[in-house]
Amino acid sequence: MTQPSGPWITNIFATLPKLLDADRELLRAGRWLNVDCLLGPAGQPFLVSIREGRITEMSALPKTMPSWRFSYTASPQAWIEYWRPEPKPGWHDLLALTKRGEAHLAGELHPFMTHLQYFKDLLALPRSVVSGKSA
Amino acid sequence: MNGNIEPIVGRYVHVDICGVMHRIYFEENGSGIPLVCLHTAGSDNRQWRHLLCDDELSRHYRMIAFDMPWHGKSNPPDQATSGEYQLTTASFTQAIRAFCAALALERPVVMGCSIGGRIVLNLAIDHAREFRALIGLEAADFQQPWYDTNWLHRPDVHGGEVCAALVSGLIAPQGPQAARRETLWHYMQSGPGVFKGDLHFYRVDGDLRGRVEKIDTAICPLYLLTGEYDFSCTADDTLRTARSIPGAQVTIMEKLGHFPMSENPVQFRQYIAPVLHQIRQAG
Repeated sequence: MTQPSGPWITNIFATLPKLLDADRELLRAGRWLNVDCLLGPAGQPFLVSIREGRITEMSALPKTMPSWRFSYTASPQAWIEYWRPEPKPGWHDLLALTKRGEAHLAGELHPFMTHLQYFKDLLALPRSVVSGKSA
Repeated sequence: MNGNIEPIVGRYVHVDICGVMHRIYFEENGSGIPLVCLHTAGSDNRQWRHLLCDDELSRHYRMIAFDMPWHGKSNPPDQATSGEYQLTTASFTQAIRAFCAALALERPVVMGCSIGGRIVLNLAIDHAREFRALIGLEAADFQQPWYDTNWLHRPDVHGGEVCAALVSGLIAPQGPQAARRETLWHYMQSGPGVFKGDLHFYRVDGDLRGRVEKIDTAICPLYLLTGEYDFSCTADDTLRTARSIPGAQVTIMEKLGHFPMSENPVQFRQYIAPVLHQIRQAG
């Protein structure tokens, strides 16, 4: 078995806007959400702009004066495990990952907590894409 | 009559808990050994509806699930002021004992989940002779906190939605989607601050480390069952606790999380039915 590499994880993250656009229920859940946040692999997160529940911009972290309200970043292994169709115990939830030290949540958490299920579901969307590829 | 009426019957009983009268709602079905079921923090007795409807178990057990004060249909007592609700080890223990006494239950089995599992350990420590057997689901003497409970009760965050979203990760992914949604629906309906108030017992007041060693399973058998997907009370938490209690019987349940009786009733039955059979055989 070959473990997916960092670029593989980055490529999967790049699919998030399209996956989200296709999920009407998730868009409805996020319709009041406007936030800039950092999401992705620890050390190489994306700066993600969400407006009315849609990802309107997603880019590598700018070198000068980046601004965001909160960040959720996790180790490459955490993302690989989280995206399995049937994740293993302890790797199956964003807060399970923070509890085990594989992910880090920081910043001004209000938008994250008001939309906690939205972010759990958003970051789980790649499960439908990576099914069978990372196992 | 064309409707399919379930065998569960719901009633109210007036109970003196720590000198305060409470109107407690309970549901029951079956006859035989009394089995009192305790719901999780921030939820109510609906979590047990599948077990209560179990045909085979209801032939041997009088299964009773009550709403703790401030939960479900058990309103806050008339004397409650606008002060913050906080569950304590003493008030939780007394609520269970007073309820059992009010119904004149003779040496019931008590099965509790999460905070209900923790308080079962306290019953085993201090009141073992009053019970035929004790069953702790998702139970441990202590668990490491994994979030700030202040998020559960503040005016700028929807309490029902944040409570449900927090615990959603404690449900195993293999269960039926309808059961997952129902389990979370209970959390969305809890009163403001009630989940947080329950967790005062769980995190602050109910640390049983250093006390569970006193449990004598020769007086009252103790069964501990924990779902493998529960990262709040982990399998390791339960196993660590059990190592301090000679005679405690431990089962780690596959494809289940923190709410085994409601998140996947069929899977849970595979684990709980043999335990209840064993208790019945022991007489």
